[in-house]
Amino acid sequence: MADQGPNFDEMFDANGDTRPAYGDFCGWYDEQEPAWLNRKNREADESFRRTGITFNVYGEDDAEERLIPFDMVPRIITAGEWRRLTRGIEQRVRALNAFLYDLYHRQEIIRAGRLPERLLRGNDAWLPHMVGMTPPGGIYTHIVGIDLVRTGPDEWFVLEDNARTPSGVSYMLENRETMMSMFPDLFSRVGVESVSNYPRRLARSLAACAPPKCEGKPNVAVLTPGIYNSAYFEHAFLADQMGAELVEGSDLRVVGGRVQMRTTRGFEPVDVLYRRVDDDYLDPLTFEPDSVLGVPGIMDVYRSGGITIANAPGTGVSDDKAIYSFMPEIVEFYTGEKPLLPNVQTWRCADSDSLAYVLDNLEELVVKEVHGSGGYGMLIGPTATKKEIRAFRAKLESNPDNYIAQPTLSLSTCPIYTKKGLAPRHVDLRPYVLVSPDGIDITPGGLSRVALKKGSLVVNSSQGGGTKDTWVLKD
Amino acid sequence: MLGRTANGLFWMFRYLERAENTARLLDAGLRMALTRDLETAEAEWRSVIATLGQKAQFEAVHDTYDGVSVWNFVLRDKSNPANVREMFAAMRNNARTARTNISSEVWEAVNENWMKLDKLLARPVSQGQVGEVVSLLRRTGTQVHGALDGSVLRNEGYHFARAGTFIERAESTARILDMKYYLLLPTLSHVGSSLDSGQWDQVLRSVAGASAYNWLNAGQIDARGIVEFLVLDDRFPRSLAFCRSAQRLTLAALARMHGTEGRSNELMREADIDITDLTVEQVFENGLHQFLIDYIARNAAIAEAIGEDYRFLA
Repeated sequence: MADQGPNFDEMFDANGDTRPAYGDFCGWYDEQEPAWLNRKNREADESFRRTGITFNVYGEDDAEERLIPFDMVPRIITAGEWRRLTRGIEQRVRALNAFLYDLYHRQEIIRAGRLPERLLRGNDAWLPHMVGMTPPGGIYTHIVGIDLVRTGPDEWFVLEDNARTPSGVSYMLENRETMMSMFPDLFSRVGVESVSNYPRRLARSLAACAPPKCEGKPNVAVLTPGIYNSAYFEHAFLADQMGAELVEGSDLRVVGGRVQMRTTRGFEPVDVLYRRVDDDYLDPLTFEPDSVLGVPGIMDVYRSGGITIANAPGTGVSDDKAIYSFMPEIVEFYTGEKPLLPNVQTWRCADSDSLAYVLDNLEELVVKEVHGSGGYGMLIGPTATKKEIRAFRAKLESNPDNYIAQPTLSLSTCPIYTKKGLAPRHVDLRPYVLVSPDGIDITPGGLSRVALKKGSLVVNSSQGGGTKDTWVLKD
Repeated sequence: MLGRTANGLFWMFRYLERAENTARLLDAGLRMALTRDLETAEAEWRSVIATLGQKAQFEAVHDTYDGVSVWNFVLRDKSNPANVREMFAAMRNNARTARTNISSEVWEAVNENWMKLDKLLARPVSQGQVGEVVSLLRRTGTQVHGALDGSVLRNEGYHFARAGTFIERAESTARILDMKYYLLLPTLSHVGSSLDSGQWDQVLRSVAGASAYNWLNAGQIDARGIVEFLVLDDRFPRSLAFCRSAQRLTLAALARMHGTEGRSNELMREADIDITDLTVEQVFENGLHQFLIDYIARNAAIAEAIGEDYRFLA
């Protein structure tokens, strides 16, 4: 039915037989007329454009709004696989919150000699303003996206922690909506866990994090930089689905010790602010003085228990890739357990032995900036040209602290739909995790990103990646 | 609701109405141009531009008033910052701003038509295409209002949308009538004398009122009939009286929802006194032009008061 690459393919085994997770789907797929599937594939694109599920690309004049390509072949995970994953994710998220609390309080992990202090000093996301301050409920990262990759039947790794502002959840929701409207009969044949209540879960989770000064039912608002932001669609979408106000900095003002929004009736307090504005722009009085995206004085209100900011300022410190390399130690330190989900092996170029190894093996490795994201500023050794490697070597030698390296993983593939039939492409997975004093809540599914180019390992939407609906099967 | 969101809804529907009314004006101009000699046609295009208040901008880039220049100027030319494409883009941006307060049905009606319009206006519009653009703009109005009617909560947001619609519509009808008021002048003394029915047909078309008028007046076009219909008949949804009464209802609903009256309600009451029990004779006696100018000024004052009462701006 499709080519079998050298990697672990999630749909077909080495003999070309369908794996159990995909049995029902493939049974259905084989019954469909190719011409009809082709038409459906085009319809999917139209439907995304109509609903306006687009993102803006900075620095491109002509196409101000673009679609993230959608592939209509679902990525399927069995109930058993999912149960194992969620245990690992939950453990990791618990450790992340404990770690962030500790970093901004007694720093036991540094005192115990398990994490070098220099990692904080060189970390742009470290916020001295947060030292000694405990956010409402003691929670730092309320909404987390853990990026996972797979290399074998039971081999999952954490590639990245997104504790700061994981985006993309609207795609998880819209991908499912699109699949259900295109292929209703498919969903009547295969039992798939629902993801559509995510906005309600998010609203509930955020409301449970209300600050001490909140009276009555918490007022939740989503703070967006505005309609020209690349993720504005998602901000509006989530606010709409949660029944929360979608606010901009200019709507908010500190009045009487609370952050209040300008409504048609006057000012009303906001209790929980799900902000999609970076730390630097949050409060011009505390951070970037020229910011018009934030609210002057919000940090004072925050410190006095007048508002919950989700995620907490300073959370991004744990997204750093140098910190990532310590995550196994971090998980053990705060949970007393061995990590259930392993890290990808990581060489810290700040260590001279590691640096020497990395320089000797650049052709085999993936090298990333410690603060980088979005697939920018990285070297993928096996696909890079000699010239690119030479240039990267110079950058690496001049500032080794800025880099980590990882082996090129043989990422699993999942087929995508093409006019010529199914074709395997590399995928990753970002499940979305909600944290409140009531507990940790993981929506069964997530965002599967797929590298649409044959052989490519880069799944980032900014670099030509697409997305797939992700199914967790019911037991 | 946020003041900014209320502002977004108000302006989304003003721009929607403006785009639709502009399309009707063009449509009426197109018909005139087809049925008249060249000279009259040019005069008609001139009046389309004048009604839109774009005379200076147009004449800065064009020497003559021919159809292709006019509709391209009105629809898409960059030399005209108030072109229809910009109006539509502004409508869509306001819809995005107010996205959490409109239904998916309303949003998709806006977005789908925007994608079509964007394609149609990507290149200069030829004689063969202009009809398509005009009907797309009219259809958008119908679809968005239909989606609003059938799918949104009757909360304050609905009323800000209605307020924007009727503020804009009132202004548009008043302007269209004002542009042609002089044609009625010779007939003031002898009501009932024949008018240039082609001119008035065009006016009626540009407010989507041709068939309603004919139905009410058995095809008889005279000054009294026209003024009665466009100013005083509150059964016709684009008449000045109808727009006023729609504004009154919507502002009363907003005051009720907010538990307090504002300056907009006050101005509305004053405006009502002016138009209640008004007769055609009185309108002519005081001067139609003066009446329209006052009406437009009051309309603008009400619009401004709405923005202040409901904290549209920081």
